[in-house]
Amino acid sequence: MAALTTTVLTDDPSSALGGKGGMPPTRDGGDDDNFGSGPLSFDMRLRRARLGMVVAMTAIVMVFVSFSSAYLVRQGLPTLDPHTNTLVRDWFPVPLPRLLLINTLVLLLSTLTMELARRQVAREAALTQIAAVPGDAQKQEAGIQWLGLTVLLGFTFLTGQWMVWRELAARGFYLSTSSSSSFVYLLTGTHGLHLLGGVVALVAAGGASLLRKPVTSRLVVLDVTGWYWHFMAFLWIYILCLLEFAR
Amino acid sequence: MATREFAAHESHAHAAPQGFIRKWVFSLDHKVIGLQYYFLALTAVFVGMFLSLLMRIHLIWPTVALPLVGEIKPETYLSLLTMHGTIMVFFVLTTAPQGGFGNYFLPIQIGAADMAFPVLNMLSFWVTFLGYIVILAAFFVTGGAPLHGWTGYPPLSALPSAGPGEGLGADLWVISIGLFCVGALMSALNFITTTLDMRAKGMTMMRMPLTCWAWFITAILGLLAFGVLLSAAILLLLDRNAGTSFYVPLVIVNGQLAAHKGGSPLLWQHLFWFFGHPEVYIAILPAMGLCSQLVSVFSRKPIFGYKAMVYAILSIGLLGFMVWGHHMFMSGMSPYTAFAFSIMTMAIGVPSAIKTFNWLGTLWGGRIRLSSPMLFAIGFVSLFVSGGISGPFLAQPTLDIPLHDTAFVTGHFHLIMGVASIFGIFAATYYWFPKMFGRMMSESLARWHFWFTFVGTYCIFMPMHYAGMAGQPRRYSQFTELHYLEHLIPLNRFITFAAFVTISAQFLFLFNLFWSMKFGKKASDNPWEATTLEWTTATPPPHDNFGGRTPVVYNGPYEYSVPGAPRDYVMQTDPTVIAAH
Repeated sequence: MAALTTTVLTDDPSSALGGKGGMPPTRDGGDDDNFGSGPLSFDMRLRRARLGMVVAMTAIVMVFVSFSSAYLVRQGLPTLDPHTNTLVRDWFPVPLPRLLLINTLVLLLSTLTMELARRQVAREAALTQIAAVPGDAQKQEAGIQWLGLTVLLGFTFLTGQWMVWRELAARGFYLSTSSSSSFVYLLTGTHGLHLLGGVVALVAAGGASLLRKPVTSRLVVLDVTGWYWHFMAFLWIYILCLLEFAR
Repeated sequence: MATREFAAHESHAHAAPQGFIRKWVFSLDHKVIGLQYYFLALTAVFVGMFLSLLMRIHLIWPTVALPLVGEIKPETYLSLLTMHGTIMVFFVLTTAPQGGFGNYFLPIQIGAADMAFPVLNMLSFWVTFLGYIVILAAFFVTGGAPLHGWTGYPPLSALPSAGPGEGLGADLWVISIGLFCVGALMSALNFITTTLDMRAKGMTMMRMPLTCWAWFITAILGLLAFGVLLSAAILLLLDRNAGTSFYVPLVIVNGQLAAHKGGSPLLWQHLFWFFGHPEVYIAILPAMGLCSQLVSVFSRKPIFGYKAMVYAILSIGLLGFMVWGHHMFMSGMSPYTAFAFSIMTMAIGVPSAIKTFNWLGTLWGGRIRLSSPMLFAIGFVSLFVSGGISGPFLAQPTLDIPLHDTAFVTGHFHLIMGVASIFGIFAATYYWFPKMFGRMMSESLARWHFWFTFVGTYCIFMPMHYAGMAGQPRRYSQFTELHYLEHLIPLNRFITFAAFVTISAQFLFLFNLFWSMKFGKKASDNPWEATTLEWTTATPPPHDNFGGRTPVVYNGPYEYSVPGAPRDYVMQTDPTVIAAH
């Protein structure tokens, strides 16, 4: 308790106690070696960006937790039938198109290419740091290929989801047809929008690559987008399970 | 995004932007963004206050035509109520303490050059600003502002045909709330990352000023709560505009069967209050942190029980997520559920009491300097106790059911969430004004402002408790014709007069604020003789906060009256004085 602490003058900062005085281990603080006016070191940028991404993912999780709880609550609610004046169950399970499985495979494949792209650039960055020379053009090309493939697969997934919506509509399930169909559109739509954000980030990273921005900048973008991309795949599997097994 | 973020951060390597637009409008500097949030909240609080004055006048003179609005019809009254609540809760109580002072002082107090992601920080402000413009626009569209209260309960809020203001006005309300959530989420992301990753060397978590702890925990609450409100708002928007039935059951509006069925209005209530209760703490925690700071600085004593204060903030934050059901005792929930929510709610009394006793313990035996920030800090403690003590009343379902829809609840939450938090904002303004603008505010005006506001708010809100117990319903636009409430008319007249006086006194503050910016006495770098990092730098702080220096922290934030030290306070950056014994 700070109120009971007595303090004496000393020149030795290492004799510190707890939170009261002296120099703590440097790892605990934030800006250890790069403060304010200087550019940040690569490791710190990466650490900060990853931390930010984890926090952002928490917010996204909360959005989907809310939707899930609304989904489960709504599913269990009866509704009043005005003709018979009785409570009836009006939850109609929506038959999910088979195309969703193919879309899922596409997304899983894209996480693989995403990881390959990330590792490719990570290797490049490590080489650059060690040798202090720019990565050679050939390797850069390889990174770009995996990145391009991921973007392509991302767009394929989104197009696939659009086709799923078209198929649902063709079968008569629109957004407002029933509560169950509302949730199918809501969950797939919100996930699709988030994935689109990831695609945009990857396109930006690709642009940075083509513009020959420093490899470390690209790695930071690719690294956190990689995390995000894997998270989106997990989220999709979760949504699919929710729609399939809890309908 | 990330590339731009880092590029922006590195921009601190260069000189501060010179052009007006880059420096004051689209600024990346957390200090300017903090001021932008602050002045947004300042305009919002005057709009909100004006609306409340109209309501108070209408309550005691229901037939009088008022300037700007004319005669107030029942639906106009509901619009005033809705807009007052929404503007005050979101754009004042959430915006000023966290967005304003948090943005300005969190990085400085932990020894950082800026927030972790400056571009994101700028975006959060501008998205919030857009939300503010959108909500104000609701006054001026066909049908006017919405009627559904700041809590927006469906079916009223979900059916455009439910009343005037429930058309475009209500759509704007939902969109504004959604925008605010997005801004708040981005801001929370920045606060959390900054606190965890950007502390200066030596600034351990347990050496952070309690203000930083409060902003940090508030950001975590915001991160978890605003995502839920955003989801709820999206569902409401779909119900209103896409024909879905998330919240709307089979319902007849004006004799017509609405095209919805099967939705649950209670679903909104659960989602809304899962956000809404933590929101109360989002509004009050920064004020608690600030109050802890100020009682220590102005008592010239270390805060009593620093660790207990930290753990109390943490447990208030945690418990805050488990009590939302106490807003819904009236919804017909199972008595067992209500009992659980009731117990959890009363449990919040424990950390709250720890904080209160620690504030009193800090004051006890201190060499108290009754400067204006300290007056407001002590005022905060007083309001926190007065408003908080009726919390355990309302936490009990058997008491809440008769009191819930009465003015008792209005009195309760205005004292604890509204005025207490506003006192935090005032205290922060008087405390940090010298650092922000380089001049002192007029102390005598500040004292007048304090006494008028302190006595005035008690005169407004204390009688409401009594009126509520006597049966005066809240949200009713007119009660003077009800025989059983006739005896409450004089009391209500008193409340309205008190509101007049209190609101007038706020112009003292406004005058003091702007007059002192130009003509106040020049402030030294550390006018309050405080220890935290913002007082080690120039006044006002340079673009990178510490003028290229790197602060290194050796001491805790509340080293006052340290035996053997040359002065009665030891700066956090002072390497020579070390705790021993």
